[in-house]
Amino acid sequence: MSWLRRVATVALVSLLALALLWLALRLAGLDATRALAALWDGSFGNGYALTSATLVRATPLILTGLAVAIAFRAGVWNIGAEGQLLVGAATAAAVGLLATPLLGAFAAAAALAAGALAGAAWAWIAAYLRNRFGVLEVISTIMLNFVALYAVGYLVRGPLQEPMHIYPQSVPLPEPARLPRMIEGSRLHWGFALALLAAPAAWWVLRYTAAGFRVRAVGQNPSAARVAGMVDVRRTTMRVFLASGALAGLAGAIELTGVTFALYENVSPGYGYTAIAVALLAGLDPLGVLATGVFFGALEAGALAMQREAAVPSVVVNVVEALLVLLILAAARWRGGSAALARLAGGASGSAGGNGAAGPTATERAGGGAAGSTGAALGGPVSAASAEAAG
Amino acid sequence: MDLHRRADHSLIELEHVAKRFGTVAALAGASLRARPGTVHALLGENGAGKTTLMRIAFGELRPDSGELRMDGEPVRLASPADALARGIGMVHQHFTAVPAMTVAENVALASGPRGRFRPAKARARVLELCAEAGFTLDPEAVAAELSVGMQQRLEIVKALARGARVLILDEPTAVLAPAEAGELLAMLRRFASRGGAAVLITHKLREALSVADDITVLRRGRTTLSARAADTDAGQLTAAMLGAGTVVTPHRDRAGERAPRAVAEHGEHEAVIEARDLVLSDDRGVTRVRGVSLAVRAGEILGVAGVEGAGQHELLRALAGRMEPVSGSLRIPEHTGFVPADRQRDALVLDFTLAENVALAGAGARRGRMRWPAIERRTGEILERYGIVASGARAVARSLSGGNQQKLVLARELDGAPRALVAENPTRGLDIAATAALQRQLLEARDAGMAIVLYSSDLEELLALADRLVVMFEGWASEVALDGDAAGRAMLGTA
Repeated sequence: MSWLRRVATVALVSLLALALLWLALRLAGLDATRALAALWDGSFGNGYALTSATLVRATPLILTGLAVAIAFRAGVWNIGAEGQLLVGAATAAAVGLLATPLLGAFAAAAALAAGALAGAAWAWIAAYLRNRFGVLEVISTIMLNFVALYAVGYLVRGPLQEPMHIYPQSVPLPEPARLPRMIEGSRLHWGFALALLAAPAAWWVLRYTAAGFRVRAVGQNPSAARVAGMVDVRRTTMRVFLASGALAGLAGAIELTGVTFALYENVSPGYGYTAIAVALLAGLDPLGVLATGVFFGALEAGALAMQREAAVPSVVVNVVEALLVLLILAAARWRGGSAALARLAGGASGSAGGNGAAGPTATERAGGGAAGSTGAALGGPVSAASAEAAG
Repeated sequence: MDLHRRADHSLIELEHVAKRFGTVAALAGASLRARPGTVHALLGENGAGKTTLMRIAFGELRPDSGELRMDGEPVRLASPADALARGIGMVHQHFTAVPAMTVAENVALASGPRGRFRPAKARARVLELCAEAGFTLDPEAVAAELSVGMQQRLEIVKALARGARVLILDEPTAVLAPAEAGELLAMLRRFASRGGAAVLITHKLREALSVADDITVLRRGRTTLSARAADTDAGQLTAAMLGAGTVVTPHRDRAGERAPRAVAEHGEHEAVIEARDLVLSDDRGVTRVRGVSLAVRAGEILGVAGVEGAGQHELLRALAGRMEPVSGSLRIPEHTGFVPADRQRDALVLDFTLAENVALAGAGARRGRMRWPAIERRTGEILERYGIVASGARAVARSLSGGNQQKLVLARELDGAPRALVAENPTRGLDIAATAALQRQLLEARDAGMAIVLYSSDLEELLALADRLVVMFEGWASEVALDGDAAGRAMLGTA
């Protein structure tokens, strides 16, 4: 029931956002109807648009969206999916470029594995800082995004730059390091299949394994998890951080081996940031992420078609994405039922204030109240829904 | 006591108030008159509507019908801010201070800050209010680091800073040790003597009779008794609280017949919990327990008493295996049940289902898969066996009443039949029926051979249930006789 209501709300909110887009384009004197038609044509309009544009873009959004969703479910505010994705992409590039002669047919798989490991390692930095010194992960992960971005900038101008030293990018990966196509003649690669599998896998782990149960318990009430469940809260948050980073790193590695083939600075148009919207719109439910990831992929794919065919700047889609998040929070506030989600804004800032206290013990204590309530706020409707799904 | 001010007119008056929540009638004709210069006790079982009535008086809820009068004038309160502006303050069971702020900052914040914040002025204001109220409170202390008793003082100062003439306190003594409760009640008396009216929500008969001038009893949303304390007695109040004809058998009556049996049957039993020279420090590294040695045998309840902050909180956590000792040796069973004092913070995940909350116990050591159908079946059995009122294993814990939440926690901890159980104030805030049920379950578990450590801020409860009694004082423990006077002296360090 609440599942249905949530799906209905998201659908309604999405329609409303598109209607607002139409209105805005209309007011700006543009051909709004034609723009929306282009948006549709460029995303779901035909098989090629769906596979080569929408699903290709949805792949990194689903994986980073999952990374954000599982982290938030544990009360780990990982805003660093973008950085973890970039590190994963850079590592995949390095492995693909340098080790392909050694690895042969396993080059692509090795590049993906290396990318996931690198993403996890990048996330580990923030996890360690949080557990050891009480550094807020909201701050550290966002800072590490910039470190990763500039590290990629260095790599493509230094060690990994193409041999002519003209362009700030690497040479394209050799064929064995590239992901094969899922459908011949389209740009859709097997990385999408991985994303398609990762979502139900994440859902199942959260719902049906002891480890996933600990993650949810720690996210909802770290104090009860520790006292009643004798759960090692730090170990749990550390593991979630690593899993989250690995998913984002995998997204980067897939993007590199499946789409761009070469490393350059703008290898990600901000997938790791859009991922936060993807996860929130999905109510932090991994299965929902599958749907919202495809939806956001469609928006971004359609935006390019809109620019091409209706001369509407593609950035208006960013406005739609922002509207979506605001509307979903507003909807949650109006409907008392899942006011939980609406507490996100207040809750998140509360956790920031609470965790600001120095020292790991202070962090844990504050986490029990502030971050805990946020975790509860986010997970509330989700856990109810998944409990219903259990029977 | 200033008799001149104890006029017969009322300062605040609620008349025939009704309030429904959905299909539940929380109040159906509740009335209360609090006269200036008096302490007024609002008495009733859990769910009788005490808190609802007072939340209406504080402007947090709007009544469906009925009238609220201040100084005889009908008033409509749109919000708590409205109530505060009219001189009505309320101290909730759950405190509302900003944890990261100091006492002075919290008080300044509560009194509607205007313009610049002047720290020196704010500090002086706190000291001035404390002096008036007759207690001490460090203006520089950070709210998060205050003990429960001190947090409560902060809430009171916040209300006083707004110039409260009516001070409503929701179960204020439930979280306090007897000595602190005494101080609080003395403070309320002082507040009343300056012309205010203090309304004390409580379900403790004895407290109502001993401190209040007037008593109002609510039962199922209706006022069933309204009298001067001097004109009534425990029997009359009990009848009004529970309905006429209800016979209450105070549990302590059974204490006498129990003790010999415990010794006879379990006297030779080995120690299940054994602590030697235990030293413990709290989350901030302050030493709380300074070298405690004790043993708990199978089939006995070891009572632990102590004023707040005497170290019992840390001792219980360590005995339950929830805290690592700084030094000393501690031998406990691998699996020990634990009922922490704050069930909503430490024992339950309120947005989880009951089945998920049952699964929470032992979640840290669990491997592999969560088998929800089996867990839900077990939860259903627990609900039935322990008489927990809930719509089923998939109900959300938040939807349960406080008493049923607490029953669920105890049931969960007892369910695995652990060799030892540590319970911290398990009956706090529960009504008579729920309290009796919980106490019975503790005794049954003991009789089944469990080793139980029980802390209660209610000394009478300890005397009734415990086979032996240990009193904590400033981090030291000493065993005392099962005797109220001896225990009371030991708790205050005057033994």
